[in-house]
Amino acid sequence: MGAEFVQLSLVPLLIAVLAAVACALPGNFLLLRRQALIGDAISHVALPGIVAAFLITGRVSTWPMMLGAAGSAVVAVTVIEAIRRLGRIEPGAAMGVTFTSMFAAGVLLLEQSDTSRVHLDVEHALYGNLESLVWLGAKGWGSLVDPAALAELPDELPRMAVVATLAALLVVMLWRPLMIATFDEGFAATLGIPVRALGLALVVVSAVAAVAAFSAVGSIIVIAMFICPPAAARLMTHSLARQVGWSLVFATISAIGGYLLAGYGPGWLGFRASGSAAGMIATVSGVILTLACLFGPQRARTMARTSAPGAVPEA
Amino acid sequence: MAALLDALLLRSGYNAALVAIGAALLGSAAGAVGTFLYLRKRALVADAITHATLPGICLAFMGLTALGLDGRNLSALLAGAAVSAGMGLVAVEWMTRRTRLGEDAAIGAVLSVFFGLGVVLLTVIQAMSQGRQAGLQGFLLGSTAGMLYSEALLIAAGGSAAVVAVVTLRRPMTFVAFDAEHASAIGIDVRAVDFAMMGLVMAITVIGLKVVGLILIVALLIIPPVSARFWSEQSDRIVIAAAALGAAAGYVGAALSVTAPKLPTGALIVLFSAALFVLSLLLAPARGVVATLLRRQRFRKAVHLRQGLLSLAHRERILDGLTLSVLRRRGFIRRDGVATERGLKAAAEALRNERRWDIARELHRTELATSELIGLAPIDTVLTRDEVAAIDRRLALSGSKGVA
Repeated sequence: MGAEFVQLSLVPLLIAVLAAVACALPGNFLLLRRQALIGDAISHVALPGIVAAFLITGRVSTWPMMLGAAGSAVVAVTVIEAIRRLGRIEPGAAMGVTFTSMFAAGVLLLEQSDTSRVHLDVEHALYGNLESLVWLGAKGWGSLVDPAALAELPDELPRMAVVATLAALLVVMLWRPLMIATFDEGFAATLGIPVRALGLALVVVSAVAAVAAFSAVGSIIVIAMFICPPAAARLMTHSLARQVGWSLVFATISAIGGYLLAGYGPGWLGFRASGSAAGMIATVSGVILTLACLFGPQRARTMARTSAPGAVPEA
Repeated sequence: MAALLDALLLRSGYNAALVAIGAALLGSAAGAVGTFLYLRKRALVADAITHATLPGICLAFMGLTALGLDGRNLSALLAGAAVSAGMGLVAVEWMTRRTRLGEDAAIGAVLSVFFGLGVVLLTVIQAMSQGRQAGLQGFLLGSTAGMLYSEALLIAAGGSAAVVAVVTLRRPMTFVAFDAEHASAIGIDVRAVDFAMMGLVMAITVIGLKVVGLILIVALLIIPPVSARFWSEQSDRIVIAAAALGAAAGYVGAALSVTAPKLPTGALIVLFSAALFVLSLLLAPARGVVATLLRRQRFRKAVHLRQGLLSLAHRERILDGLTLSVLRRRGFIRRDGVATERGLKAAAEALRNERRWDIARELHRTELATSELIGLAPIDTVLTRDEVAAIDRRLALSGSKGVA
């Protein structure tokens, strides 16, 4: 647990935790608003944009890919709206058509382009490559205060940190309006809360978190972390504040536990190999959710929603 | 181009032909089942089921290898896929029924967790079988390259079986999809039909794994039904249209993918399906965008023509550009805006029509309320001769009263 840990495991672990937290925070509100599948949607839609950015710049680099993903998200929203208006089709069906088609287009682009020189393929987009985000400049714990070594940190780490901070800021600063609008949109509107703008802000922060996590660690973590930790947390408590707290705990446990299990778990079972950390993080979050479904104190649907403490605060 | 034609005419090899036929059968079964799912609002549950196949495939592969058998036996892998897809479905149902989580959360959780577990197993298999290509990646996005004859045969046979099952179950599925309560009232076991529907989704997923891949197969269940919706208002015909669109996409996509390297079958099938969707959206006769625009344009002109003629009859000045151009084109006014002989005649006719419609609205209030033709069409094309005569009698009466 010395230099080797700092060099190989510390940075992937931190990125995993930050990605999990950045997705789980907005996920709490998406879950209550019945928009839980938005992470799934974004990770499908982002693929053609990321591939297009790669084809234009010729490199796997952060900002063009983020821009590409954002661009294809805008395209997707426009297309969905156009299909809905022009074809008089329900939003759910319009989304299904758009997401699957855009993902298929991304796959075709990816296969057709010459990406053999760089590590960009469908598998990478799906389950990322957390293990490869190592800190080669580190020589030990002392490197944490060494500016030269710090400069060699993979740039996914500061980016994920910024995004996680952004998500935390949104939740902390807009806590009251966000909570009221999530539980009772009509009531929030009568209080003068800009309900639509708030909903939009939530979706935008979710999209930023999803795209950042997606290009760093793949889409599985994104989909799993948007849903599993908040869902498990919801079965633990009636209070939204405590739910958010639990979801952060669960997200962190999933990230750390999953990363370690992926590295060492197969060895315990006698396989001389390691598994995908991203996949294992999703699996651990699923185990936590299963346990919460079986034993969570507030798992049942029996309590009346309005009597739940924390549902609507006294004004 | 020649290779393209060869592929479409099933001349690029026996296996490729079998796969194309299998994909067409698969597409038609998926289109039909997808229509019922769409009506029953369960299309996203299918997404969870398809992603849940991955751990089953990997476990089957590991089990076979551990027993010393060939891990790539397609029927064993597909059986594994079916088992874990079934577990995924049970997990979604259990979570929605037993806890207070919504169905969307249950779908997303099952989808990501099963898929994540599958990916872990997949990477472990890859790391263990270094050098030997396990070929399980092909199940993610579908790969028909280098497919064995027995595998192609399995896909064609599975596709036919799915089509037969859909044809057999179409009546009860239609009833349940449209109105579950009515279906249960006339003695249909709704739970059993729902179960059969999901069973069919599972069968389609498993058959489609090798061709389309588990990530995109849900597109075959969503896109053709939504496209088919443009072509008809009748459920039977929508089912048939969805099956036809799905079959076309499956056939063309699978046939094209053998013509060049690096053309993933699943992505091609989905993109061709999307192209058929765009065509339906634009060109469908009643609900299509082009038809709607033409209809709106015709309606607008009819309204302007009527307003213009009424203005002529009342000797009012016409300022609106479109009205002027509509009247001019019909020869009702001259270039300088003065009414022609024919124009005055048509104006008088329009005025009479308008007065008749006024009376008709009072007489037939309820029957006429929904028709968009009211007031625009000549009244004798909408009402019978007797009815018009009755209106004219009232008109004459009120006219004489007005004079007196």
